[in-house]
Amino acid sequence: MADWIEIGRIEDIPRQGARTVRTGEGDIAVFRTAQDKIHALKDECPHKGGPLSQGIVHGDRVTCPMHDWQIQLATGEAVAPDEGCARVYRVRVKEGRIFLMV
Amino acid sequence: MKEKLVVIGNGMAGVRTLEELLKIAPDLYDIRVFGAEPLGNYNRILLSPVLAAEKSMDDIMLNDEQWYRDNGIVLHKGERVVEINRARRTVVTDKGVEAAYDRLIVSTGSSPFMIPVPGVDLEGVVGFRDIQDVERMLEAARTYRHAVVIGGGLLGLEAADGLLKQGMDVTVVHLLDSLMEQQLDEAAAALLKRSLDERGLKFLMAHETEALLGDGRVQRIRFSNGLEIPADLVVMAVGIRPNIGLARSAGLYCERGIVVSDTLQTYDPRIYAVGECVQHRGVTYGLVAPLFEQAKVCANHLGRIGTARYEGSVTSTKLKVSGIDLFSAGDFRGGADTEELLFQDAGRGVYKKIVLRNNRITGCLLYGDALDGSWYSQLMRDEVDISDMREQLLFGQAHMGDSGHGAADQLAAMPDDTEICGCNGVTKGDVVRAITTKGLFTLEEVRTHTKASASCGSCTGLVEQLLVSTVGSDFTASPKNRPLCPCTDYTHDEVRSTLVRHELKDIRAVMDFMEWKTPDGCSKCRPALNYYLLCAWPGEYQDDPRSRFINERVHANIQKDGTYSVVPRMLGGMTTPDELRAIADVADKFNIPEMKVTGGQRIDLFGVKKEQLPAVWADLNKAGMVSGHAYGKSLRTVKSCIGSRWCRFGTQDSAGLAVELEKMTWASWTPHKFKMAVSGCPRNCAEASIKDLGVVGIDSGWELHVGGNGGVKVRAADLLCKVRTREEVLEYAAAFLQLYREQAHYLERTAPWIERVGLTHVKKRLVEDPEGRKALAARFHESQKSAQADPWEARAGGAEAHEFAPLKSLAVPPETA
Ligand code: SRM
Ligand SMILES: Cc1cc2nc3c(=O)[nH]c(=O)nc-3n(C[C@H](O)[C@H](O)[C@H](O)COP(=O)(O)OP(=O)(O)OC[C@H]3O[C@@H](n4cnc5c(N)ncnc54)[C@H](O)[C@@H]3O)c2cc1C
Ligand code: SF4
Ligand code: FES
Repeated sequence: MADWIEIGRIEDIPRQGARTVRTGEGDIAVFRTAQDKIHALKDECPHKGGPLSQGIVHGDRVTCPMHDWQIQLATGEAVAPDEGCARVYRVRVKEGRIFLMV
Repeated sequence: MKEKLVVIGNGMAGVRTLEELLKIAPDLYDIRVFGAEPLGNYNRILLSPVLAAEKSMDDIMLNDEQWYRDNGIVLHKGERVVEINRARRTVVTDKGVEAAYDRLIVSTGSSPFMIPVPGVDLEGVVGFRDIQDVERMLEAARTYRHAVVIGGGLLGLEAADGLLKQGMDVTVVHLLDSLMEQQLDEAAAALLKRSLDERGLKFLMAHETEALLGDGRVQRIRFSNGLEIPADLVVMAVGIRPNIGLARSAGLYCERGIVVSDTLQTYDPRIYAVGECVQHRGVTYGLVAPLFEQAKVCANHLGRIGTARYEGSVTSTKLKVSGIDLFSAGDFRGGADTEELLFQDAGRGVYKKIVLRNNRITGCLLYGDALDGSWYSQLMRDEVDISDMREQLLFGQAHMGDSGHGAADQLAAMPDDTEICGCNGVTKGDVVRAITTKGLFTLEEVRTHTKASASCGSCTGLVEQLLVSTVGSDFTASPKNRPLCPCTDYTHDEVRSTLVRHELKDIRAVMDFMEWKTPDGCSKCRPALNYYLLCAWPGEYQDDPRSRFINERVHANIQKDGTYSVVPRMLGGMTTPDELRAIADVADKFNIPEMKVTGGQRIDLFGVKKEQLPAVWADLNKAGMVSGHAYGKSLRTVKSCIGSRWCRFGTQDSAGLAVELEKMTWASWTPHKFKMAVSGCPRNCAEASIKDLGVVGIDSGWELHVGGNGGVKVRAADLLCKVRTREEVLEYAAAFLQLYREQAHYLERTAPWIERVGLTHVKKRLVEDPEGRKALAARFHESQKSAQADPWEARAGGAEAHEFAPLKSLAVPPETA
């Protein structure tokens, strides 16, 4: 049964930053942009698996800390000319609370 | 309703402007392009290799028709604009089409100048400008034998070489008695002529054409001295004339070209002009590099950013005749106030000339070995003081004690599978293919598409050389006005001086004031801004962790598996049983999987999980150890040898001084990492000669060496001066660090910084100006007051706790979108 589950509040994540959510299948990176948009991606760069949660968040992208690929937060797509896609999770924010779909 | 943008001229400048505009404001305009030529946009400069059958037409297309469709641009090809009606704001074409504009770009290029001699209208008399000219030449080559090229300049020689390769018998006619007089002096021209002679080109020097003779088609050519020779094809390559007729008849002010301002606007501000048809500050250009700079500025204005200014270009030329290596830039003739460096080896056919004024390069001419052309022109544009490298200058960059370029000499001869970029495994073939198939022109473009030189950058010179030899000219933007990153048009230096002058004290303020193009910057500019602010406003600026790379944000080095390494500081490489015991205890307690003695004389603990970091640090703190900043653009280590305390050769107490130096400087943030070493005697066991600052003990005191590097590009440090006392060493070290902190670009180590500003400059500020040195040292100590706090201690005490703990742990894995 699909269900929204709360993982924290928006202010738990610094602006232009990220936190991780632990799961049995690896970490999920939850990002907060300068405009307070929340996105969730698998914490694995499509390049060589770098932890995206540790990158620098700018605009609607994150730059991977390992080799500087840029990943689009909304789609998980690498910015051209790099090619690849990080897994995207469904996430929503309600009254400052963040939910993931499990 | 979107505004309407109309472009007249579907050539290199007009379309480049559109490309730049689409990058910054893709949806601002409805765009319509009129081009007299029947094709999409192609790379005109590669017409020479097409004529020489080295490339096909497909190879040189830049934007096919699909590109126009993809970007919503309406292309009217084969349609000439015959009128600009400024009152109605429309253009009218030869097909009777009328199109309205809100803004207009005139990029009509230029036309070959056809000498007005009798017979110039005969069939078989052509210019060398567009694909139709090339087709007519190829056609003639199939049926006729005798070709005459009038004009021994760049274009004429490329045409002649192409026709020769097509099997024609080719004579080059030149009015003067020296070839390419715009780009070559007599000595180089003679070498060039000799090697073209050897290929079978014929020359008639100092000959003036009087008439072209023939019945319908040209058959003969007659000169003013009465000589007549057969000619079935005559190519006129004596110069170009900007196409300004259309603009002039619309009442736009023209001289030799359409006169434009620094924002590429004509007399009518709705109308822009770019490319060979314009005259800017009195100059017209006939090469693509200036057009590309113009295109950027014009797009910036059209895109309503309006920050960029075009201030003219320094150009350089390369002859695209395969097998002939020739490069010329700037004022290579010199004058009364210049000096010349000359190298001549007639046997090998090599000639190099560098013209200097006040120890700066103002021009250069290379024949036979042009590999260092782009390096010289970079030194020229950056106005680098070359006093320190004068002796080796003529031998090229490979001889500048920079082993990274050792292989450069053979670049041209290298096979395609030679690795150019060791970091990203990119071969010469990859780079050349990307340049030709994707139509790349700049270093930045090659970087994004191939990743070559995108990492350590040591192959930048090689990539630039490949660009030059593949596209035919030096297309890289001058680093002097190279923007900090794509988010801005301003350079490092401009950003820095502005934030100081206008007292901008946080990143937001800088981005707003300097009109950043992106909402919150990128991973290149934010860390740079953070550093510049930190350096400008010590104690006052609030560090922005979100603008720090991960290592600096969490004060540990991220490893390939996402764990971290921890390196506690060991001042001067000295340690004690207690410290070692504490490290061993930490390793046991936290199950540290691996430990290593580093190249910086301390101990690295590997495989620490992020959540463990605060606890690991707390234990190390308890034993009196602080962060080693092994992760930072900051003071790293001060290596030492043991020196006079134990060593039988030691003349000075190097270990003691190293400890003092490290106590003074640790935790300082710098543009890039900064390493020191102190050796007790000239045997130099601490390898001080490859450090950013190296100190070597001598009988009478200490030698100070600066700008060394042992990394990607080995560079031996330069001797700055000798001093007597430890106090002096400390003062010089503080002053040198501060000068570097205040002047280097972010991510520029001392070695490239010193090569850029010159050792002489550093000596002036430090050695010759004791007051200035003391002031620099004082500013350094001031900044250390707020910097010298152990970041580990704060975090072990709970600061930034969110960094070190997950937000939540879930039992059930969530759904992907
Ligand atoms: C640990 C160490 C290797 C070792 O086990 O000995 C090391 C490890 C790394 N070095 Fe180094 N370097 C280490 C001494 C050196 C030295 C030798 C020295 O300092 O005497 C050099 C050459 C000297 C020099 O810098 O001129 C050196 C030249 C580099 C370079 C090239 C720098 C350059 O300007 O060319 C890089 C790349 C960079 O900084 O961009 C680099 C980058 C790195 C990085 C940070 C790579 C990375 O981004 O992950 C490595 C971090 C590993 C880690 O997590 O700790 N490391 N590295 C050494 C740490 C010394 C310390 O105690 O802090
Ligand atoms: C053979 C050759 C080799 C060259 N080699 C080099 C080199 O190695 N390095 C270098 O830097 N430069 C080189 N150049 C110069 C370079 O190609 C030009 O500087 C550049 O193409 C100029 O760009 P532009 O847009 O101003 O003009 P163009 O590229 O000529 O574009 C102008 C376009 O406008 C069209 N046009 C004109 N009037 C109208 C009108 N009324 N209506 C509609 N369309 C119109 C023309 O048909 C043309 O297509 C070379 C040029 C040639 C011909
Ligand atoms: S040389 Fe330095 S950067 Fe390269 S693998 Fe070794 S530690 Fe890492
Ligand atoms: S792992 Fe992300 S860029 Fe290489």
